[in-house]
Amino acid sequence: MLKIKDLYASVEGMEILKGINLEVKPGEVHAIMGPNGSGKSTLANVLAGKEEYEVTHGEVIYEGEDLLEKSPEDRAKDGIFLSFQYPVEIPGVPMVNFLKTSVNAHRKHKGLKELTAGEFLKLMREKMDLVDMHTKLTNRSVNEGFSGGEKKKNEIFQMALLEPKLAILDETDSGLDIDALKTVANGVNALKSPERATIVVTHYQRLLDYIVPDFVHILYKGKIVKTAGKELALHLEEKGYDWIKSENGN
Amino acid sequence: MEEQDKILNDVTQGEYKYGFITNIETEIIDKGLNEDVIRLISAKKEEPEFMLNFRLEAYRKWLKMKMPNWAYLKVPPIDFQAISYYAAPKKGPKYESLDEVDPELLDTFNKLGIPLEEQKQLAGVAVDAVIDSVSVKTTFKETLAEKGIIFCSFSEAVKDHPDLVKKYLGQAVPVADNYFAALNSAVFSDGSFCYIPKGVRCPMELSTYFRINAANTGQFERTLIVADDDSYVSYLEGCTAPMRDENQLHAAVVEIIALDRAEVKYSTVQNWYPGDKNGKGGIYNFVTKRGICRGVSSKISWTQVETGSAITWKYPSCILMGDNSIGEFNSVAVTNNHQQADTGSKMIHIGRNTKSTIVSKGISAGKSENSYRGLVKVMPKATNSRNFSQCDSLLLNDTCGAHTFPYIEVGNKSSVVEHEATTSKIGEDQIFYCNQRGIDTETAIGMIVNGYAKEVLNKLPMEFAVEAQKLLQISLEGSVG
Repeated sequence: MLKIKDLYASVEGMEILKGINLEVKPGEVHAIMGPNGSGKSTLANVLAGKEEYEVTHGEVIYEGEDLLEKSPEDRAKDGIFLSFQYPVEIPGVPMVNFLKTSVNAHRKHKGLKELTAGEFLKLMREKMDLVDMHTKLTNRSVNEGFSGGEKKKNEIFQMALLEPKLAILDETDSGLDIDALKTVANGVNALKSPERATIVVTHYQRLLDYIVPDFVHILYKGKIVKTAGKELALHLEEKGYDWIKSENGN
Repeated sequence: MEEQDKILNDVTQGEYKYGFITNIETEIIDKGLNEDVIRLISAKKEEPEFMLNFRLEAYRKWLKMKMPNWAYLKVPPIDFQAISYYAAPKKGPKYESLDEVDPELLDTFNKLGIPLEEQKQLAGVAVDAVIDSVSVKTTFKETLAEKGIIFCSFSEAVKDHPDLVKKYLGQAVPVADNYFAALNSAVFSDGSFCYIPKGVRCPMELSTYFRINAANTGQFERTLIVADDDSYVSYLEGCTAPMRDENQLHAAVVEIIALDRAEVKYSTVQNWYPGDKNGKGGIYNFVTKRGICRGVSSKISWTQVETGSAITWKYPSCILMGDNSIGEFNSVAVTNNHQQADTGSKMIHIGRNTKSTIVSKGISAGKSENSYRGLVKVMPKATNSRNFSQCDSLLLNDTCGAHTFPYIEVGNKSSVVEHEATTSKIGEDQIFYCNQRGIDTETAIGMIVNGYAKEVLNKLPMEFAVEAQKLLQISLEGSVG
């Protein structure tokens, strides 16, 4: 599904990713962990196509195509979803309008008929249950006045609506209390299927108690320095990141 | 949302789409301005003496005035002698049915999407369409007449209702109010007149479409709206103009008079030709719009969506004379490329317990300059008065400018005046967020800008709000950088 080969990327002239290699197959859950500043969010943003991130070397093949050639909206419509670490507020734009525009952009891309307002509302209500989303939130402007937890829930809610092939969760657990964490994780797990894959970017192990990864990668100074099964996350939890730092000469 | 998709399609077409010129025989008098020209205009219009005197008084005062230069605008010198002050379609101005109207003119209306035929009836809109200076066709007059409502061209009003015109003309905007109002008073060609009698609620939205056409003809429209005691009217004004290389001067005057407990809502969507991407051409729009709440508990509200004109100089204002009267100003002003706008409002509190609200949303793109200029003045006797002003500016890139010039004068201690202002740049993060959800950048900007302007757009009548949304999107096409 996704093949990242020797990927280098920089932002504002500073090199952040220094040769990432990663392969994700359908049905798999990959966790990317690492200390602050190791490049986790950069990787997520590069995959989603954020402009400030400049790819200086390497390639990313997604579903047999060169992903880096595509615009962010085409990547999204091809099934890549980024759950943002800091979802932005868009004042005055009703959630319902935003979501309907988004869903219909995806449908159009797939050659499906666009949903009418009535059809969309029905779909929306179905998906709201999944993450325990309240109408008091969907009646507001996009993310406006949402608490940190509500914003993260809203991301998973959008993911449920768009049913992506590859979901990238960027620090979705940050700022969540344990109940919200469970709700979010349940939402993610409910969408798991043999066709879909998930990349979970996280600093802490606790989310991985609920979203169980097949692989755990440790990103350090822009490189994946260690890959193993879910037990690696537990090891990190116990030992912290210091042993990684010393193993890698710092 | 379907609407927004459609808007997007319109947007991608890009260039100003109303830029075409109608080829109609036009009668134009020679360029230049002097007392003889004014007498000629008045004679051509077969005006009574009081009108000629009004014009001459204005002209004589205008001669002694100077063009204002306090606005944050760069205005090239205007040669007032190089303008022809009167143009009328050659065929007679009166038609009983559409068949008699010049087919080319009808075609123009159709291109503009102005529904002069039955669609209008369905929409419940009476249209007094003004092409250049003479009113071509007024509909619904009979329906309105049943209620005693007068809605006609200004020339007709002068002929048929001279007493009303004489009584109210110049009440809100005196002849020598300002340079451009004085010029308008001297040379105005035509416009609209509306009178709502006591206790009548106008059953439909009244609307006028203006259009500048004949080359090199400055247009000087005059609108007078009088709402008698306990009446209500909602008035819509929408404008488009053909594409031109030369700059065209436009100096209109709109006067509103609201008597006891009367309410007037005046909404404008303005999209005159703004000039091309390099700032060549475009309309100069120097407009004086003022309402006077003469009566107790009367209310006047101005709502405007301004996307056009090369230069905009416009401050729709309210004089709150009657006790408990209310003034409102809601504005969205968009400038792109090399457009300049200096616009805002004046709220003059004279009566007791008077209230006013100003909501101004400026959107700047390209290399444009967008200024809010407002005055809130509370006179010593206007006790317990209130004003709330909110002025927001949204910048779409680093090359445009937004400015706010609020003036506040409060003459007593029991009144409260509040002013809030914000400036923000459209977020790359907001656009990326939309992109990541599969929404392309044009649509995203349209959504974000319409969201920003929503508070004002919501004040517009439905059919106008849709047009306004489209306009915002069209005028900002390809402007984020």
